[in-house]
Amino acid sequence: MENSMMKQVAKKRLLGNSLKYILLALLAFIVIFPFALGIWTSFLPSMDIAKGTLWGGGQLTLHNYVTAFTQTKILRYLLNSLVIASLVTIAHLFFCSLGAYAFVFLDFKYRDFLFYVVLGTMMLPFEAEVIPNFATVKMLGLLNHYSVMVIPFLTSAFGIFMLRQTFKQIPRDLKEAADVDGLSHWQFYWKVVMPYSKISLCTLAAYSFLGAWNQYLWPMLTTFSDHLRPVQDGLRQLQSEETFNDWGMVQASAAIVVVPTLIVLYIGQHYFKSGLNEGSVK
Amino acid sequence: MIESLPSTKQQPKGPEANDKLTAKVKSFELKKNDKYYAWLFLGPSILLLTVFVFFPMLRTLYLSLFLTDTFGKPTVFVGLKNYTILLKSASYIASLKATGTYVVSVSVFTIIFGLLLAAMANQKLRGIGFFRNIFTATMGVSVSVSAVFWLFMFNPTLGILNKVVIAFGFHPINWLTTPGWAMVAVIATTVWMHLGFTFLLFFGALQAVPKSLYDAADVSGATSRYQFWHITLPMISPTMFFVAVITLISGFKSFGLIDLMTGGGPTNATNLLVYRVYKDAFMNGNYAQASTEAIILTVIIAIITFVQFKLLAKRVNY
Repeated sequence: MENSMMKQVAKKRLLGNSLKYILLALLAFIVIFPFALGIWTSFLPSMDIAKGTLWGGGQLTLHNYVTAFTQTKILRYLLNSLVIASLVTIAHLFFCSLGAYAFVFLDFKYRDFLFYVVLGTMMLPFEAEVIPNFATVKMLGLLNHYSVMVIPFLTSAFGIFMLRQTFKQIPRDLKEAADVDGLSHWQFYWKVVMPYSKISLCTLAAYSFLGAWNQYLWPMLTTFSDHLRPVQDGLRQLQSEETFNDWGMVQASAAIVVVPTLIVLYIGQHYFKSGLNEGSVK
Repeated sequence: MIESLPSTKQQPKGPEANDKLTAKVKSFELKKNDKYYAWLFLGPSILLLTVFVFFPMLRTLYLSLFLTDTFGKPTVFVGLKNYTILLKSASYIASLKATGTYVVSVSVFTIIFGLLLAAMANQKLRGIGFFRNIFTATMGVSVSVSAVFWLFMFNPTLGILNKVVIAFGFHPINWLTTPGWAMVAVIATTVWMHLGFTFLLFFGALQAVPKSLYDAADVSGATSRYQFWHITLPMISPTMFFVAVITLISGFKSFGLIDLMTGGGPTNATNLLVYRVYKDAFMNGNYAQASTEAIILTVIIAIITFVQFKLLAKRVNY
Protein backbone atom coordinates (compact mmCIF):
# COMPACT_ATOMS: atom_id res chain seq x y z
CA MET A 1 0.00 0.00 0.00
CA GLU A 2 2.54 2.51 1.23
CA ASN A 3 4.96 1.30 -1.36
CA SER A 4 2.60 2.01 -4.25
CA MET A 5 1.87 5.47 -2.88
CA MET A 6 5.54 6.25 -2.77
CA LYS A 7 5.86 4.98 -6.29
CA GLN A 8 3.09 7.31 -7.36
CA VAL A 9 4.77 10.28 -5.72
CA ALA A 10 8.04 9.34 -7.39
CA LYS A 11 6.26 8.99 -10.72
CA LYS A 12 4.66 12.42 -10.30
CA ARG A 13 8.01 13.97 -9.47
CA LEU A 14 9.62 12.27 -12.44
CA LEU A 15 6.88 13.64 -14.69
CA GLY A 16 7.23 17.12 -13.16
CA ASN A 17 10.98 17.02 -13.55
CA SER A 18 10.86 15.96 -17.16
CA LEU A 19 8.41 18.77 -17.87
CA LYS A 20 10.87 21.17 -16.25
CA TYR A 21 13.72 19.80 -18.33
CA ILE A 22 11.67 20.15 -21.51
CA LEU A 23 10.87 23.77 -20.72
CA LEU A 24 14.52 24.46 -19.77
CA ALA A 25 15.74 22.89 -22.99
CA LEU A 26 13.23 24.91 -25.01
CA LEU A 27 14.34 28.15 -23.37
CA ALA A 28 18.01 27.27 -23.80
CA PHE A 29 17.30 26.54 -27.46
CA ILE A 30 15.66 29.94 -27.99
CA VAL A 31 18.50 31.77 -26.24
CA ILE A 32 21.34 29.96 -27.95
CA PHE A 33 19.86 29.38 -31.39
CA PRO A 34 20.68 32.72 -33.12
CA PHE A 35 24.18 32.46 -31.70
CA ALA A 36 24.67 28.82 -32.66
CA LEU A 37 23.23 29.31 -36.12
CA GLY A 38 25.65 32.15 -36.78
CA ILE A 39 28.64 30.10 -35.63
CA TRP A 40 27.43 27.06 -37.55
CA THR A 41 27.00 29.05 -40.75
CA SER A 42 30.49 30.45 -40.39
CA PHE A 43 31.81 26.92 -41.00
CA LEU A 44 29.75 26.25 -44.11
CA PRO A 45 30.96 26.66 -47.70
CA SER A 46 29.54 29.84 -49.30
CA MET A 47 27.87 27.76 -51.99
CA ASP A 48 25.79 25.85 -49.47
CA ILE A 49 24.69 29.04 -47.73
CA ALA A 50 23.75 30.68 -51.02
CA LYS A 51 21.68 27.65 -51.95
CA GLY A 52 20.09 27.63 -48.51
CA THR A 53 21.33 24.16 -47.57
CA LEU A 54 22.31 24.66 -43.98
CA TRP A 55 22.19 20.99 -43.07
CA GLY A 56 23.40 17.87 -44.78
CA GLY A 57 25.28 19.75 -47.48
CA GLY A 58 28.99 19.52 -48.10
CA GLN A 59 31.45 19.32 -45.24
CA LEU A 60 32.47 21.96 -42.76
CA THR A 61 35.28 24.30 -43.72
CA LEU A 62 37.48 26.99 -42.24
CA HIS A 63 37.44 28.79 -45.56
CA ASN A 64 35.26 31.66 -44.27
CA TYR A 65 37.73 32.34 -41.49
CA VAL A 66 40.63 32.32 -43.90
CA THR A 67 38.74 34.79 -46.09
CA ALA A 68 37.86 36.98 -43.11
CA PHE A 69 41.47 37.11 -41.94
CA THR A 70 43.06 37.59 -45.33
CA GLN A 71 40.53 39.49 -47.47
CA THR A 72 39.16 41.86 -44.84
CA LYS A 73 40.65 44.20 -42.27
CA ILE A 74 39.01 42.37 -39.36
CA LEU A 75 42.31 41.96 -37.51
CA ARG A 76 43.00 45.64 -37.87
CA TYR A 77 39.49 46.46 -36.58
CA LEU A 78 40.10 44.19 -33.61
CA LEU A 79 43.43 45.82 -32.87
CA ASN A 80 41.89 49.31 -33.12
CA SER A 81 39.14 48.40 -30.68
CA LEU A 82 41.58 46.72 -28.34
CA VAL A 83 43.77 49.82 -28.20
CA ILE A 84 40.86 52.22 -27.82
CA ALA A 85 39.06 50.14 -25.19
CA SER A 86 42.27 49.59 -23.20
CA LEU A 87 43.12 53.30 -23.18
CA VAL A 88 39.60 54.25 -22.13
CA THR A 89 39.62 51.61 -19.38
CA ILE A 90 42.95 52.75 -17.94
CA ALA A 91 41.85 56.38 -18.09
CA HIS A 92 38.58 55.56 -16.31
CA LEU A 93 40.38 53.70 -13.55
CA PHE A 94 42.70 56.65 -13.04
CA PHE A 95 40.50 59.73 -13.43
CA CYS A 96 37.35 58.24 -11.87
CA SER A 97 39.22 57.03 -8.81
CA LEU A 98 40.94 60.40 -8.37
CA GLY A 99 37.60 62.18 -8.67
CA ALA A 100 35.93 59.80 -6.25
CA TYR A 101 38.80 60.26 -3.81
CA ALA A 102 38.27 64.00 -3.87
CA PHE A 103 34.59 63.59 -3.08
CA VAL A 104 35.23 61.24 -0.18
CA PHE A 105 38.50 62.31 1.45
CA LEU A 106 38.96 65.96 0.59
CA ASP A 107 37.32 68.94 2.15
CA PHE A 108 36.67 71.79 -0.22
CA LYS A 109 34.17 74.42 -1.12
CA TYR A 110 31.24 73.37 -3.31
CA ARG A 111 32.05 69.69 -2.83
CA ASP A 112 28.44 68.57 -2.59
CA PHE A 113 27.39 70.92 -5.34
CA LEU A 114 30.06 69.51 -7.68
CA PHE A 115 29.05 66.00 -6.78
CA TYR A 116 25.47 66.66 -7.81
CA VAL A 117 26.76 68.23 -11.00
CA VAL A 118 28.69 65.05 -11.80
CA LEU A 119 25.69 62.95 -10.86
CA GLY A 120 23.56 65.12 -13.13
CA THR A 121 25.70 64.33 -16.16
CA MET A 122 24.60 60.72 -15.83
CA MET A 123 21.15 61.88 -16.91
CA LEU A 124 22.39 63.39 -20.16
CA PRO A 125 22.62 60.87 -23.00
CA PHE A 126 25.76 61.17 -25.11
CA GLU A 127 23.72 60.21 -28.18
CA ALA A 128 21.80 63.48 -27.94
CA GLU A 129 24.94 65.60 -27.75
CA VAL A 130 26.74 64.48 -30.86
CA ILE A 131 26.05 67.65 -32.85
CA PRO A 132 28.11 70.09 -30.72
CA ASN A 133 30.62 67.37 -29.88
CA PHE A 134 31.21 66.78 -33.54
CA ALA A 135 31.79 70.51 -34.01
CA THR A 136 34.17 70.54 -31.04
CA VAL A 137 36.40 67.70 -32.22
CA LYS A 138 36.35 69.14 -35.72
CA MET A 139 37.55 72.46 -34.33
CA LEU A 140 40.27 70.69 -32.34
CA GLY A 141 41.41 68.97 -35.52
CA LEU A 142 40.77 65.52 -34.11
CA LEU A 143 38.55 64.18 -36.88
CA ASN A 144 39.65 60.89 -38.40
CA HIS A 145 42.24 60.30 -35.70
CA TYR A 146 42.54 57.70 -32.96
CA SER A 147 42.36 60.30 -30.22
CA VAL A 148 38.85 61.34 -31.24
CA MET A 149 37.59 57.94 -30.10
CA VAL A 150 39.40 58.18 -26.76
CA ILE A 151 39.53 61.79 -25.52
CA PRO A 152 35.79 62.41 -25.00
CA PHE A 153 35.57 59.19 -22.97
CA LEU A 154 38.54 59.60 -20.64
CA THR A 155 36.29 59.93 -17.61
CA SER A 156 32.89 58.67 -16.63
CA ALA A 157 30.35 60.11 -14.21
CA PHE A 158 29.11 56.59 -13.54
CA GLY A 159 32.63 55.48 -12.63
CA ILE A 160 33.10 58.38 -10.22
CA PHE A 161 29.73 57.66 -8.64
CA MET A 162 30.43 53.95 -8.29
CA LEU A 163 33.91 54.37 -6.81
CA ARG A 164 32.66 57.04 -4.44
CA GLN A 165 30.26 54.48 -2.98
CA THR A 166 33.18 52.08 -2.52
CA PHE A 167 35.59 54.64 -1.05
CA LYS A 168 32.98 55.70 1.47
CA GLN A 169 33.16 52.23 2.99
CA ILE A 170 36.85 52.56 3.75
CA PRO A 171 37.18 52.89 7.53
CA ARG A 172 37.89 56.44 8.70
CA ASP A 173 40.49 55.06 11.10
CA LEU A 174 42.69 54.22 8.17
CA LYS A 175 42.71 57.83 7.08
CA GLU A 176 43.48 59.02 10.59
CA ALA A 177 46.29 56.51 10.91
CA ALA A 178 47.66 57.68 7.59
CA ASP A 179 47.53 61.28 8.81
CA VAL A 180 49.51 60.31 11.89
CA ASP A 181 52.07 58.59 9.70
CA GLY A 182 52.29 61.74 7.62
CA LEU A 183 51.05 60.18 4.38
CA SER A 184 50.11 62.71 1.77
CA HIS A 185 46.81 62.43 -0.03
CA TRP A 186 48.57 61.03 -3.05
CA GLN A 187 50.32 58.36 -0.96
CA PHE A 188 47.12 57.45 0.87
CA TYR A 189 45.28 57.22 -2.45
CA TRP A 190 47.91 55.05 -4.07
CA LYS A 191 48.97 52.84 -1.14
CA VAL A 192 45.71 52.38 0.74
CA VAL A 193 42.59 53.40 -1.16
CA MET A 194 43.39 51.80 -4.51
CA PRO A 195 44.48 48.39 -3.17
CA TYR A 196 41.51 48.43 -0.80
CA SER A 197 39.06 48.89 -3.68
CA LYS A 198 40.41 46.26 -6.05
CA ILE A 199 37.09 44.53 -6.64
CA SER A 200 35.22 47.71 -7.50
CA LEU A 201 38.06 48.78 -9.77
CA CYS A 202 37.85 45.46 -11.61
CA THR A 203 34.10 45.87 -11.96
CA LEU A 204 34.58 49.35 -13.37
CA ALA A 205 37.30 48.09 -15.70
CA ALA A 206 35.01 45.40 -17.11
CA TYR A 207 32.19 47.91 -17.61
CA SER A 208 34.45 50.50 -19.19
CA PHE A 209 36.11 48.03 -21.49
CA LEU A 210 32.83 46.63 -22.78
CA GLY A 211 31.36 50.12 -23.11
CA ALA A 212 34.28 51.28 -25.23
CA TRP A 213 34.37 48.03 -27.16
CA ASN A 214 30.71 48.49 -28.11
CA GLN A 215 31.06 52.11 -29.26
CA TYR A 216 29.27 52.50 -32.55
CA LEU A 217 27.74 55.90 -33.32
CA TRP A 218 30.67 58.13 -32.38
CA PRO A 219 33.41 56.33 -34.38
CA MET A 220 31.01 56.16 -37.31
CA LEU A 221 30.64 59.95 -37.24
CA THR A 222 34.21 60.93 -36.57
CA THR A 223 36.39 58.53 -38.53
CA PHE A 224 36.36 57.79 -42.23
CA SER A 225 39.46 55.73 -42.88
CA ASP A 226 39.17 51.98 -42.92
CA HIS A 227 42.37 51.51 -40.95
CA LEU A 228 40.97 53.51 -38.00
CA ARG A 229 37.67 51.70 -37.84
CA PRO A 230 36.85 49.94 -34.57
CA VAL A 231 35.36 46.52 -34.66
CA GLN A 232 31.64 47.28 -34.38
CA ASP A 233 31.74 49.72 -37.26
CA GLY A 234 34.05 47.42 -39.17
CA LEU A 235 31.49 44.66 -38.91
CA ARG A 236 28.86 47.04 -40.21
CA GLN A 237 31.10 47.82 -43.14
CA LEU A 238 31.60 44.15 -43.97
CA GLN A 239 27.94 43.40 -43.53
CA SER A 240 26.72 46.21 -45.76
CA GLU A 241 29.24 45.37 -48.47
CA GLU A 242 28.86 41.65 -48.45
CA THR A 243 25.35 40.81 -47.34
CA PHE A 244 24.23 38.96 -50.40
CA ASN A 245 27.55 37.69 -51.59
CA ASP A 246 29.27 36.06 -48.72
CA TRP A 247 27.22 35.43 -45.60
CA GLY A 248 29.68 32.81 -44.39
CA MET A 249 32.51 35.33 -44.25
CA VAL A 250 30.34 37.88 -42.41
CA GLN A 251 29.30 35.26 -39.86
CA ALA A 252 32.91 34.22 -39.42
CA SER A 253 33.87 37.85 -38.79
CA ALA A 254 31.07 38.17 -36.24
CA ALA A 255 32.33 35.04 -34.52
CA ILE A 256 35.86 36.47 -34.45
CA VAL A 257 34.50 39.68 -32.90
CA VAL A 258 32.59 37.82 -30.20
CA VAL A 259 35.61 35.92 -28.89
CA PRO A 260 37.43 38.78 -27.05
CA THR A 261 34.19 39.89 -25.38
CA LEU A 262 33.54 36.37 -24.20
CA ILE A 263 37.04 36.25 -22.76
CA VAL A 264 36.57 39.56 -20.90
CA LEU A 265 33.23 38.35 -19.60
CA TYR A 266 34.64 35.03 -18.53
CA ILE A 267 37.45 36.70 -16.60
CA GLY A 268 35.26 39.49 -15.28
CA GLN A 269 32.20 37.35 -14.56
CA HIS A 270 32.61 37.40 -10.83
CA TYR A 271 33.16 41.17 -10.70
CA PHE A 272 30.31 41.76 -13.07
CA LYS A 273 27.91 39.89 -10.88
CA SER A 274 29.00 41.76 -7.79
CA GLY A 275 28.72 45.05 -9.66
CA LEU A 276 25.27 44.21 -10.91
CA ASN A 277 24.14 43.26 -7.46
CA GLU A 278 25.47 46.49 -6.07
CA GLY A 279 23.23 48.28 -8.51
CA SER A 280 20.13 46.23 -7.97
CA VAL A 281 19.75 44.33 -4.76
CA LYS A 282 21.23 46.79 -2.33
CA MET B 1 53.35 69.36 -9.26
CA ILE B 2 52.65 67.09 -6.34
CA GLU B 3 56.20 67.48 -5.04
CA SER B 4 55.91 71.23 -4.96
CA LEU B 5 52.89 71.15 -2.69
CA PRO B 6 53.65 71.90 0.97
CA SER B 7 54.37 68.48 2.38
CA THR B 8 53.72 67.29 5.90
CA LYS B 9 56.79 65.09 5.84
CA GLN B 10 59.00 67.87 7.14
CA GLN B 11 57.00 68.06 10.35
CA PRO B 12 59.30 67.22 13.26
CA LYS B 13 58.31 63.94 14.88
CA GLY B 14 56.95 64.66 18.35
CA PRO B 15 57.23 62.31 21.32
CA GLU B 16 54.71 59.45 21.53
CA ALA B 17 52.53 61.26 24.01
CA ASN B 18 52.02 64.12 21.63
CA ASP B 19 50.91 61.86 18.80
CA LYS B 20 47.30 62.88 19.03
CA LEU B 21 48.12 66.54 19.06
CA THR B 22 50.50 66.20 16.14
CA ALA B 23 47.85 64.28 14.24
CA LYS B 24 45.42 67.10 14.82
CA VAL B 25 47.89 69.66 13.68
CA LYS B 26 48.77 67.55 10.68
CA SER B 27 45.19 66.94 9.68
CA PHE B 28 44.57 70.67 10.00
CA GLU B 29 47.45 71.34 7.67
CA LEU B 30 46.19 68.64 5.33
CA LYS B 31 42.78 70.31 5.28
CA LYS B 32 44.54 73.44 4.06
CA ASN B 33 46.05 71.38 1.26
CA ASP B 34 42.74 69.83 0.37
CA LYS B 35 41.88 72.69 -1.93
CA TYR B 36 44.90 72.07 -4.15
CA TYR B 37 44.42 68.34 -4.14
CA ALA B 38 40.78 68.79 -5.03
CA TRP B 39 41.78 70.79 -8.10
CA LEU B 40 44.37 68.24 -9.01
CA PHE B 41 42.22 65.15 -8.49
CA LEU B 42 38.91 66.41 -9.73
CA GLY B 43 40.14 68.84 -12.35
CA PRO B 44 40.57 66.41 -15.25
CA SER B 45 37.14 64.86 -14.80
CA ILE B 46 35.37 68.18 -14.38
CA LEU B 47 37.13 69.59 -17.42
CA LEU B 48 36.19 66.62 -19.59
CA LEU B 49 32.59 66.55 -18.40
CA THR B 50 32.31 70.27 -19.02
CA VAL B 51 33.68 70.12 -22.55
CA PHE B 52 31.95 66.95 -23.69
CA VAL B 53 28.76 66.86 -21.65
CA PHE B 54 27.70 70.22 -20.23
CA PHE B 55 28.78 72.54 -22.97
CA PRO B 56 27.21 70.34 -25.70
CA MET B 57 23.95 70.18 -23.79
CA LEU B 58 23.76 73.97 -23.48
CA ARG B 59 24.88 74.38 -27.07
CA THR B 60 22.20 71.95 -28.26
CA LEU B 61 19.60 73.85 -26.25
CA TYR B 62 20.86 77.11 -27.79
CA LEU B 63 20.78 75.72 -31.33
CA SER B 64 17.23 74.46 -30.81
CA LEU B 65 16.10 78.09 -30.43
CA PHE B 66 17.52 79.15 -33.79
CA LEU B 67 17.41 78.36 -37.45
CA THR B 68 20.74 77.01 -38.67
CA ASP B 69 22.65 77.02 -41.91
CA THR B 70 24.07 73.88 -43.52
CA PHE B 71 27.23 74.15 -41.41
CA GLY B 72 25.25 74.08 -38.20
CA LYS B 73 25.76 77.80 -37.45
CA PRO B 74 22.76 79.57 -35.90
CA THR B 75 21.23 82.24 -38.12
CA VAL B 76 17.80 83.48 -36.99
CA PHE B 77 16.45 83.34 -33.44
CA VAL B 78 13.02 81.70 -33.50
CA GLY B 79 12.34 81.01 -29.84
CA LEU B 80 10.34 77.87 -29.24
CA LYS B 81 9.09 77.68 -32.79
CA ASN B 82 11.22 74.62 -33.60
CA TYR B 83 9.47 72.81 -30.78
CA THR B 84 5.94 73.75 -31.79
CA ILE B 85 6.60 72.86 -35.43
CA LEU B 86 8.10 69.52 -34.42
CA LEU B 87 5.29 68.56 -32.06
CA LYS B 88 2.75 69.30 -34.79
CA SER B 89 4.60 67.30 -37.42
CA ALA B 90 2.88 64.01 -38.20
CA SER B 91 6.17 62.30 -38.93
CA TYR B 92 7.61 63.31 -35.54
CA ILE B 93 4.49 62.13 -33.74
CA ALA B 94 4.85 58.84 -35.63
CA SER B 95 8.46 58.60 -34.41
CA LEU B 96 7.36 59.26 -30.85
CA LYS B 97 4.78 56.49 -31.11
CA ALA B 98 7.26 54.09 -32.72
CA THR B 99 9.76 54.83 -29.95
CA GLY B 100 7.09 54.30 -27.31
CA THR B 101 6.10 50.98 -28.85
CA TYR B 102 9.72 49.92 -29.07
CA VAL B 103 10.88 50.83 -25.56
CA VAL B 104 7.76 49.55 -23.79
CA SER B 105 7.73 46.25 -25.71
CA VAL B 106 11.43 45.73 -25.15
CA SER B 107 11.07 46.47 -21.46
CA VAL B 108 8.02 44.24 -20.93
CA PHE B 109 9.29 41.26 -22.91
CA THR B 110 12.77 41.50 -21.43
CA ILE B 111 11.29 41.36 -17.93
CA ILE B 112 8.95 38.47 -18.76
CA PHE B 113 11.60 36.34 -20.46
CA GLY B 114 14.38 37.28 -18.06
CA LEU B 115 12.21 36.38 -15.09
CA LEU B 116 11.10 33.13 -16.71
CA LEU B 117 14.71 32.12 -17.36
CA ALA B 118 15.73 33.03 -13.82
CA ALA B 119 12.80 31.22 -12.22
CA MET B 120 13.51 28.09 -14.26
CA ALA B 121 17.24 28.22 -13.47
CA ASN B 122 16.55 28.73 -9.78
CA GLN B 123 15.41 25.13 -9.27
CA LYS B 124 17.30 22.31 -7.67
CA LEU B 125 17.81 20.01 -10.63
CA ARG B 126 20.66 17.91 -11.86
CA GLY B 127 22.70 19.73 -14.48
CA ILE B 128 21.06 23.09 -13.82
CA GLY B 129 24.47 24.78 -13.98
CA PHE B 130 24.63 23.99 -17.66
CA PHE B 131 21.39 25.85 -18.30
CA ARG B 132 22.50 28.78 -16.16
CA ASN B 133 25.60 29.16 -18.31
CA ILE B 134 23.57 29.02 -21.50
CA PHE B 135 21.20 31.70 -20.21
CA THR B 136 24.05 34.16 -19.68
CA ALA B 137 25.49 33.47 -23.13
CA THR B 138 24.11 36.58 -24.85
CA MET B 139 25.97 38.87 -22.45
CA GLY B 140 29.04 38.90 -24.64
CA VAL B 141 27.23 39.65 -27.86
CA SER B 142 27.55 43.24 -28.99
CA VAL B 143 25.03 45.16 -31.06
CA SER B 144 26.71 44.63 -34.41
CA VAL B 145 27.23 40.92 -33.81
CA SER B 146 23.59 40.50 -32.78
CA ALA B 147 22.56 42.36 -35.88
CA VAL B 148 24.62 40.05 -38.11
CA PHE B 149 23.19 36.92 -36.49
CA TRP B 150 19.59 38.14 -36.66
CA LEU B 151 19.85 39.70 -40.11
CA PHE B 152 20.73 36.27 -41.38
CA MET B 153 17.70 34.74 -39.70
CA PHE B 154 15.43 37.51 -41.02
CA ASN B 155 16.80 37.21 -44.55
CA PRO B 156 13.74 36.75 -46.79
CA THR B 157 15.18 34.01 -49.00
CA LEU B 158 17.94 32.35 -46.95
CA GLY B 159 16.67 33.05 -43.46
CA ILE B 160 15.61 30.29 -41.14
CA LEU B 161 12.49 32.15 -40.03
CA ASN B 162 10.95 32.18 -43.47
CA LYS B 163 11.78 28.51 -43.86
CA VAL B 164 9.72 27.86 -40.74
CA VAL B 165 6.95 30.15 -42.00
CA ILE B 166 6.85 28.29 -45.32
CA ALA B 167 6.95 24.91 -43.58
CA PHE B 168 3.76 25.90 -41.77
CA GLY B 169 2.19 26.71 -45.13
CA PHE B 170 2.26 30.52 -44.97
CA HIS B 171 3.67 33.01 -47.42
CA PRO B 172 7.21 34.14 -46.67
CA ILE B 173 7.44 37.45 -44.85
CA ASN B 174 9.63 40.37 -45.79
CA TRP B 175 10.62 40.90 -42.20
CA LEU B 176 12.68 44.05 -42.48
CA THR B 177 10.87 45.74 -45.34
CA THR B 178 7.32 45.51 -43.99
CA PRO B 179 6.64 48.27 -41.42
CA GLY B 180 4.94 46.16 -38.72
CA TRP B 181 7.30 43.22 -39.03
CA ALA B 182 10.38 45.45 -39.04
CA MET B 183 9.34 46.73 -35.61
CA VAL B 184 8.79 43.16 -34.41
CA ALA B 185 12.23 42.23 -35.76
CA VAL B 186 14.11 45.00 -33.95
CA ILE B 187 12.17 44.37 -30.73
CA ALA B 188 12.94 40.64 -30.85
CA THR B 189 16.62 41.25 -31.49
CA THR B 190 16.88 43.80 -28.68
CA VAL B 191 15.11 41.56 -26.18
CA TRP B 192 17.39 38.69 -27.09
CA MET B 193 20.43 40.91 -26.62
CA HIS B 194 19.26 41.98 -23.14
CA LEU B 195 18.43 38.46 -21.93
CA GLY B 196 21.84 37.53 -20.52
CA PHE B 197 22.13 40.55 -18.23
CA THR B 198 18.51 40.47 -17.19
CA PHE B 199 18.71 36.79 -16.37
CA LEU B 200 21.72 37.42 -14.18
CA LEU B 201 19.98 40.25 -12.33
CA PHE B 202 16.80 38.28 -11.70
CA PHE B 203 18.69 35.15 -10.80
CA GLY B 204 20.66 37.07 -8.17
CA ALA B 205 17.45 38.57 -6.82
CA LEU B 206 15.70 35.20 -6.61
CA GLN B 207 18.64 33.67 -4.79
CA ALA B 208 18.53 36.50 -2.28
CA VAL B 209 14.96 35.73 -1.19
CA PRO B 210 15.24 34.12 2.27
CA LYS B 211 14.37 30.41 2.23
CA SER B 212 12.57 30.80 5.56
CA LEU B 213 9.74 32.69 3.87
CA TYR B 214 8.98 29.74 1.61
CA ASP B 215 9.30 27.28 4.49
CA ALA B 216 6.76 29.26 6.47
CA ALA B 217 4.44 29.36 3.47
CA ASP B 218 4.81 25.62 2.98
CA VAL B 219 3.83 25.01 6.59
CA SER B 220 0.69 27.09 6.21
CA GLY B 221 -0.11 25.15 3.02
CA ALA B 222 0.22 27.95 0.47
CA THR B 223 0.30 26.79 -3.17
CA SER B 224 3.38 27.50 -5.23
CA ARG B 225 1.41 29.94 -7.37
CA TYR B 226 0.34 31.80 -4.26
CA GLN B 227 3.95 31.82 -3.09
CA PHE B 228 5.10 33.27 -6.39
CA TRP B 229 2.61 36.14 -6.33
CA HIS B 230 2.81 36.90 -2.62
CA ILE B 231 6.41 36.17 -1.72
CA THR B 232 8.66 36.03 -4.78
CA LEU B 233 7.24 38.93 -6.77
CA PRO B 234 7.17 41.47 -3.92
CA MET B 235 10.67 40.44 -2.87
CA ILE B 236 12.16 40.95 -6.31
CA SER B 237 10.14 44.04 -7.21
CA PRO B 238 13.15 46.37 -6.71
CA THR B 239 15.07 44.37 -9.29
CA MET B 240 12.11 44.50 -11.63
CA PHE B 241 11.96 48.28 -11.39
CA PHE B 242 15.69 48.43 -11.96
CA VAL B 243 15.48 46.25 -15.07
CA ALA B 244 12.52 48.24 -16.35
CA VAL B 245 14.39 51.50 -15.97
CA ILE B 246 17.65 50.38 -17.56
CA THR B 247 15.90 48.71 -20.51
CA LEU B 248 13.79 51.84 -21.03
CA ILE B 249 16.86 54.09 -21.00
CA SER B 250 18.90 51.85 -23.29
CA GLY B 251 15.86 51.56 -25.57
CA PHE B 252 15.69 55.32 -25.97
CA LYS B 253 19.41 55.32 -26.85
CA SER B 254 19.19 52.35 -29.20
CA PHE B 255 21.00 53.66 -32.24
CA GLY B 256 23.29 50.91 -33.50
CA LEU B 257 20.68 48.22 -33.89
CA ILE B 258 18.36 50.47 -35.87
CA ASP B 259 21.19 51.62 -38.09
CA LEU B 260 22.33 48.08 -38.76
CA MET B 261 18.97 46.43 -39.23
CA THR B 262 16.52 48.88 -40.78
CA GLY B 263 18.15 52.29 -41.16
CA GLY B 264 14.97 53.75 -39.68
CA GLY B 265 12.82 52.25 -42.41
CA PRO B 266 10.71 50.99 -43.99
CA THR B 267 8.90 54.31 -44.50
CA ASN B 268 10.13 55.54 -41.12
CA ALA B 269 8.43 52.68 -39.26
CA THR B 270 11.49 52.23 -37.06
CA ASN B 271 12.76 55.80 -37.20
CA LEU B 272 13.23 56.11 -33.45
CA LEU B 273 13.91 59.46 -31.78
CA VAL B 274 17.64 58.86 -31.40
CA TYR B 275 17.97 57.81 -35.03
CA ARG B 276 16.08 60.91 -36.16
CA VAL B 277 18.60 63.16 -34.41
CA TYR B 278 21.42 61.56 -36.35
CA LYS B 279 19.56 61.54 -39.65
CA ASP B 280 18.32 65.13 -39.44
CA ALA B 281 21.73 66.43 -38.42
CA PHE B 282 24.23 64.43 -40.38
CA MET B 283 22.25 63.34 -43.42
CA ASN B 284 19.73 66.14 -43.91
CA GLY B 285 21.88 68.95 -42.50
CA ASN B 286 18.98 70.33 -40.47
CA TYR B 287 20.90 71.03 -37.28
CA ALA B 288 18.25 73.17 -35.63
CA GLN B 289 15.59 70.53 -35.92
CA ALA B 290 18.00 67.79 -34.88
CA SER B 291 18.99 69.84 -31.81
CA THR B 292 15.34 70.29 -30.89
CA GLU B 293 14.82 66.54 -31.17
CA ALA B 294 17.94 65.93 -29.11
CA ILE B 295 16.64 68.16 -26.31
CA ILE B 296 13.28 66.38 -26.23
CA LEU B 297 15.08 63.03 -26.11
CA THR B 298 17.33 64.28 -23.32
CA VAL B 299 14.37 65.46 -21.25
CA ILE B 300 12.68 62.06 -21.58
CA ILE B 301 15.84 60.16 -20.61
CA ALA B 302 16.66 62.59 -17.79
CA ILE B 303 13.22 62.07 -16.25
CA ILE B 304 13.57 58.29 -16.32
CA THR B 305 17.11 58.44 -14.92
CA PHE B 306 15.90 60.75 -12.16
CA VAL B 307 13.22 58.23 -11.24
CA GLN B 308 15.93 55.58 -11.17
CA PHE B 309 18.03 57.64 -8.74
CA LYS B 310 15.02 58.11 -6.50
CA LEU B 311 14.31 54.39 -6.57
CA LEU B 312 17.91 53.54 -5.82
CA ALA B 313 17.84 55.96 -2.92
CA LYS B 314 14.96 54.18 -1.20
CA ARG B 315 15.94 50.75 -2.36
CA VAL B 316 15.35 49.10 0.98
CA ASN B 317 11.60 48.92 0.66
CA TYR B 318 11.04 45.38 1.81
